[in-house]
Amino acid sequence: MNEWVIELRNVSKAYAAHAVLRNINLQVRAGEFLTLLGPSGCGKTTILRLLAGFEPADGGEILIGGQDMRTLPPEQRHVNTVFQSYALFPHLTVFENVAFGPRLKRIRGEALRERVMDTLRMVKLEDFAGRKPGQLSGGQQQRVAIARAVVNQPRVLLLDEPLSALDYKLRKAMQLELKQLQRRLGITFIFVTHDQEEALSMSDRVAVMNAGRIEQFGAPRQIYEAPENLFVARFVGEINNLPGRVVAAAPPRYDIRLHDRVVNLKSPYVFGVGDRVNVLIRPEDVRIWRECEGSAEERAALFPAVVEGVVYKGSTVDLVIRLDSGDVLSTTQFFNEDDQAIVNLDFREGERVFVDWVHDWETILPHEE
Amino acid sequence: MRIREPFKLLAVGAIYFWLTAFALLPNLLVVIASVLERGSDEFVAFAFTLDSYRRLLDPLYLGVLLDSLGLAAATTALCLLLGYPFAYLLTRMPARWRPVLLLLVIIPFWTSSLVRTYAMVILLQTNGWLNQILLGLGLIAEPLELLYTEPAVIAGMLYALLPFMILPLYAALEKLDRRLIEAARDLGAGWITIFRRIILPLTLPGVVAGCMLTFLPGLGMFYVADLLGGAKTMLVGNLIRDQFLSARDWPFGAAASVLLTGLMGLLLWAYYLSSRRAGRGALP
Repeated sequence: MNEWVIELRNVSKAYAAHAVLRNINLQVRAGEFLTLLGPSGCGKTTILRLLAGFEPADGGEILIGGQDMRTLPPEQRHVNTVFQSYALFPHLTVFENVAFGPRLKRIRGEALRERVMDTLRMVKLEDFAGRKPGQLSGGQQQRVAIARAVVNQPRVLLLDEPLSALDYKLRKAMQLELKQLQRRLGITFIFVTHDQEEALSMSDRVAVMNAGRIEQFGAPRQIYEAPENLFVARFVGEINNLPGRVVAAAPPRYDIRLHDRVVNLKSPYVFGVGDRVNVLIRPEDVRIWRECEGSAEERAALFPAVVEGVVYKGSTVDLVIRLDSGDVLSTTQFFNEDDQAIVNLDFREGERVFVDWVHDWETILPHEE
Repeated sequence: MRIREPFKLLAVGAIYFWLTAFALLPNLLVVIASVLERGSDEFVAFAFTLDSYRRLLDPLYLGVLLDSLGLAAATTALCLLLGYPFAYLLTRMPARWRPVLLLLVIIPFWTSSLVRTYAMVILLQTNGWLNQILLGLGLIAEPLELLYTEPAVIAGMLYALLPFMILPLYAALEKLDRRLIEAARDLGAGWITIFRRIILPLTLPGVVAGCMLTFLPGLGMFYVADLLGGAKTMLVGNLIRDQFLSARDWPFGAAASVLLTGLMGLLLWAYYLSSRRAGRGALP
């Protein structure tokens, strides 16, 4: 036995010569909240379907609890799925939907009632036990789907974009509820989503997927702050990309030329002099100085730029800024109570500004097209 | 809106006229005829009597009714037994093949069922194709007595009515969300449980509709029993036809007709009630 509740080794899958999964390796710890994040068609749902047993893998091994799943049909696996469409049985009441799994395990009578009602109480639906799914709201149906799955006390719960059909507010509330539920039950959750915010806020670890591959696998913070490639950097959150070239290398510090300016930056990667690199900066790490701020010497180290667009977002003001070198940056400025907020963020389009960023918060990656 | 009003009036009026002239009035005439006396020179004599209905209670005619119900029920059961797997397999076919296969189910409708029943005679008779094939293959030593037997009648009815069973079943099975089956498997259900607790209940309206569409016509199909069963099997349909055409006892034929219509009405009512109950609480 090992610590992994789920292990995928070199798993691949193709539909009619179209590869949807290429050599997927993935290990999931017991009790972990793992998210598969990626654009639609990246293969994340296929991984769930392979784990649930709805489809066989073309190659590689799938182990659940150390046991090879290759010949085990879905009905014999200790995993349960919360479907994107919920797939509730429309002709059965909420109670009977939830009781479906336990009944198959020959749980009857009072024991069944207790178990189903306990689960319904957990998702706050005990008053709806007698309703049919069609009489419930989307959020309630969602909770029935979760109850119907967790009532079986699976080792692993597979969730296929379970929140995508809900409106923004409900989605936020359900994210919190799901996370609490997962902590309380201690069940391993494998959660599929294309919403990076959802992935970052709920998961213990995130696997970012693209075109059938796992691009990066790590804690949300790692994924956001230290993306390993351009795809991850761009897909998870917004990011600005400044192309540059290494002019002097003293690992881990490098002098990098960005147009007419050379900056000294740190990177765990090893670059040689002359290498082309991408300097990636999150919008919230960009600092903006107005013409009236700072002295002339201070300004000399900054990038001159022009404000091209101002978007007021309530808690932030987002600016689109064109550097004099031609690069366009998007930035997010937070209102700061101590900083004469209103005056400070009252940018006009066409206004001249100076830009830099919190050094060492950037990510430097080798150049890719 | 103003322009469309006269058209609407015309269209609705035409429907009412049609239903009145060709459904309500003839049925009314039948009901009236059933409570009149048999005439000596005319078909009916205008004197009220329930005599025809009293005669229907004769064990002989009750036997005919029971035979008819039995035959229709047997045909329906066989249609269901054959039609359900057939319809299910149809829905599992590749999507581009389905319309073609459905068309093949419907094509026999393009020929009158009477003509098709005569075709069955050619197949089944003693020196018919079926016997010749079986003889030619050496499977039988002498021709089988196929025609003019009860199985022949049931086979004929099955042939005529099977599409009426398949089409509503296909519609119900086609609508069935495949993800529900995946969900049931995910929860640990085997195929028998899935069929019993998910597929069958969700396609029940299709099953009931198919049964109505085969059972009701099955009750009245007299020519199949005539042509394939010989004159041996007397059914309600044959009885009614004989009363009008041979025995010239219109009131009695009309009474049998009213009984049959009433029975069908009762079944339709039961169907309506059951479908309303099934509809309640289901998805909106």
